[in-house]
Amino acid sequence: MASISEHDTQQDRQGFRPSMLINDTRYRGLTFQFIALMLIILAFAWLGANLMSNLAAAGLDISFGFLDEPAGYDIAFSMIDYTSQSSHLRAAIVGVLNTLLVAFMGCVTATIIGVTAGVLRLSKNWLIARLMSAYVEAFRNVPVLIWILIIGAVVTISGANPRAFLGEEAESNLFLGMFAFTNRGLYAPAVEIGPGALIVLIALIAGIAGAIAWRWYVKHTLFSSGKLLPGWPMWLILLAPPILAYFLFQGAIGLSMPDTMANRFNIQGGTLVGKPLIALWLALSVYTGAFIAENVRAGILSVSKGQTEAAAALGLRPRRVMNLVVLPQALRVIVPPLISQYLNLTKNSSLAIAVGYADITATLGGITLNQTGRAIECILMLMLFYLIISLAISGVMNVYNSTVALKER
Amino acid sequence: MSDTHAQSVAYVRESFVEQQTPPVSETGVVKWLRENLFSSIPYAILTLLSLFVLYQILSGVLPWLLGGNWTASSIRECRELVEGAGGCFAVLTERWNQLLFGFSYPSTEYWRPALAFLLLFVCVAPVLFPDLPSKSLILTLLYPFVAYWLLWGGTIVTPIVGLLGVAAGYVAYRATINRGFALSLLAGVVAAVILWYLGGFVAEELSGVAALMPVESRDMGGFMLNMILGTVCVSLSLPFGILLALGRQSRLPIIKIICITFIEFIRGVPLITLLFVANVVLAYFLPPGTTFDLILRVIIMITMFASAYIAEVIRGGLAALPRGQYEAADSLGLDYAQAMRLIILPQALKISIPGIVNVAVGLFKDTTLVSIISMFDVVGMIRGPILASTDWNGVYWELYGFAALLFFVTCYGISQYSQWLERKLATDHR
Repeated sequence: MASISEHDTQQDRQGFRPSMLINDTRYRGLTFQFIALMLIILAFAWLGANLMSNLAAAGLDISFGFLDEPAGYDIAFSMIDYTSQSSHLRAAIVGVLNTLLVAFMGCVTATIIGVTAGVLRLSKNWLIARLMSAYVEAFRNVPVLIWILIIGAVVTISGANPRAFLGEEAESNLFLGMFAFTNRGLYAPAVEIGPGALIVLIALIAGIAGAIAWRWYVKHTLFSSGKLLPGWPMWLILLAPPILAYFLFQGAIGLSMPDTMANRFNIQGGTLVGKPLIALWLALSVYTGAFIAENVRAGILSVSKGQTEAAAALGLRPRRVMNLVVLPQALRVIVPPLISQYLNLTKNSSLAIAVGYADITATLGGITLNQTGRAIECILMLMLFYLIISLAISGVMNVYNSTVALKER
Repeated sequence: MSDTHAQSVAYVRESFVEQQTPPVSETGVVKWLRENLFSSIPYAILTLLSLFVLYQILSGVLPWLLGGNWTASSIRECRELVEGAGGCFAVLTERWNQLLFGFSYPSTEYWRPALAFLLLFVCVAPVLFPDLPSKSLILTLLYPFVAYWLLWGGTIVTPIVGLLGVAAGYVAYRATINRGFALSLLAGVVAAVILWYLGGFVAEELSGVAALMPVESRDMGGFMLNMILGTVCVSLSLPFGILLALGRQSRLPIIKIICITFIEFIRGVPLITLLFVANVVLAYFLPPGTTFDLILRVIIMITMFASAYIAEVIRGGLAALPRGQYEAADSLGLDYAQAMRLIILPQALKISIPGIVNVAVGLFKDTTLVSIISMFDVVGMIRGPILASTDWNGVYWELYGFAALLFFVTCYGISQYSQWLERKLATDHR
């Protein structure tokens, strides 16, 4: 911010002297930058030289060849085919997918929990507002690692033996006929994809696109002619194509329910969601939900009461006041911190190792690192992965910020 | 007027109506209940629902808390003593010292960390409460050296040399301040380093003077380790954070790029990967033969982590200052260092206090992550030596609940303080 004597004509005439590198603000910046650059280069050279001599002394080198070697360890939960004979690279990919899975599931539930708690905390109901404050304070002020461990312990000891669900006269019934929480994990319906699934998917996307187009058309006619078209065809356009396609192509997408009758010893069919995933998912959602609740509350409070009253004075109905006046202003405040909470959740998912979930930190940064001893390579890849995710998310955030930023001056 | 009116009105009441008490639904408890809990049917349902949840929680927790046992010596003995759902809090009393100080801090020396902890409150008070006389800031300045001596032990000469070095640096800085900020800072650093170097020989000679039993860094553990990491890293990261924020706002492109790269890199990776670096990678980058304590490596990495976040908070504070402040400083003829020291930073830091406190609380919570690289902080102690011992295998709730309570009290206290300070410093008109 130094900008004094930028045009000191006195010194211009005298030409350049070496002392001006320190005393003249025009050149001083260059001097400092040069010194800083030199120091950085020296520091890196020193670190690099140390690295080289240490590696040479230990008889190691930097190479990523270990990624092709068989990993030799099993992963309990994997979304792609994986055996202990698969390569370390594939183990890392399993880890990446598991990280992304728990992060995605966590973001969805954390948003639901957070928005609910944030709105309820502002409720006029004294009891519920207090309860929500207690929830938010309890989770914000205790380390996420302790919550992961506590919830991990709860999940570990809970759940009945799968046998309780089996047979004609079962002790427990499936929740909604679909879910069974046992001591092995959660049995849930599995999605089965048959021929024609692609067409159903395309129909779904077409439905969404059509619905958005209809909304745009309604808005356009409203603004150009003042005629308000009804809103309900949007739902028709949204739902009709995928439902039609679903019934046209029988068996394109189906659910395989957990079957309690087929086998006398275990539940068959469906998919088994392991306990580590459930524990981590719950812990991350509830923990991040507390932070999101605070963001939502701040966002709603940031819209001044005058805005609501002005909208009501213009004769808008309560729902339109919310949709057209309050929400657009509140969202501008809520969304940026919300996205950075998503980022935090993704980074916190690296604590999966505490409950034994095989995320990227546990596979690449844990077992692979310990087995191969390639600490530098593994941690470099690990950091790169997280860095790419955060840069991508903050890129999205910057785009959003620039679209909703107040256009001032 | 009143006459004509009296004729047009058929009936005039001549006596006052007896004063009535307000309806029951509009007074006292009933009114409060009706307005706050049962104002509409959905709210009534919500109230009943939350009462049910509250009952469920309390009916589980209260018997556990009140019926607990505090004296047993192992989990089996405890299970026999408690009837029903009572908790085994005896693990807390039996392992109290381990939870607080770790398992290898010499037990005769427990008074030292305890004293350091008490002194922390005394010496931090001048910073926390602006009303206290500014002379008492000397206490704060002395604290790091006293705490080092108390925690790590050894001769008192070492911290005194450290303090003298700082003093010498300050004297050299004051003496040369007229030659420009950069030069005098350099002079201060050189003076301090020279004194530390010379003082090193003196400390070696006088290693028996007022010596406490020396304690190795790796013997630190329990909640003490969390406190050490938290306070040291937060205090160290503040100056680095300020420098990084200034660098990021700077007009000098190379410095700006260096700062942006550092900040974005650190903020983009989870702390746990940086701790892995401290644990397994950092040694490769140091000269062969240097043996750094793990705790020192961890402090370096956590400080880097925290300073990137604090830099972003302070950058927000710098950006929130009106441009007029920068221009006013320029028009007074202040150079960059003067403008920052006297005009910009005092205001920017004041705006940033809530954010800095948030980062500090988050960082203090994150110190529990060191348990993953097998350091024995309070969580590490619980997961490692205590839960693995045959005496207390399986006492999850009591131990995790205790750790959660420790952190809750500390972090809630800090955030309440920050809100108090914010209200106090709010000098703008609202």
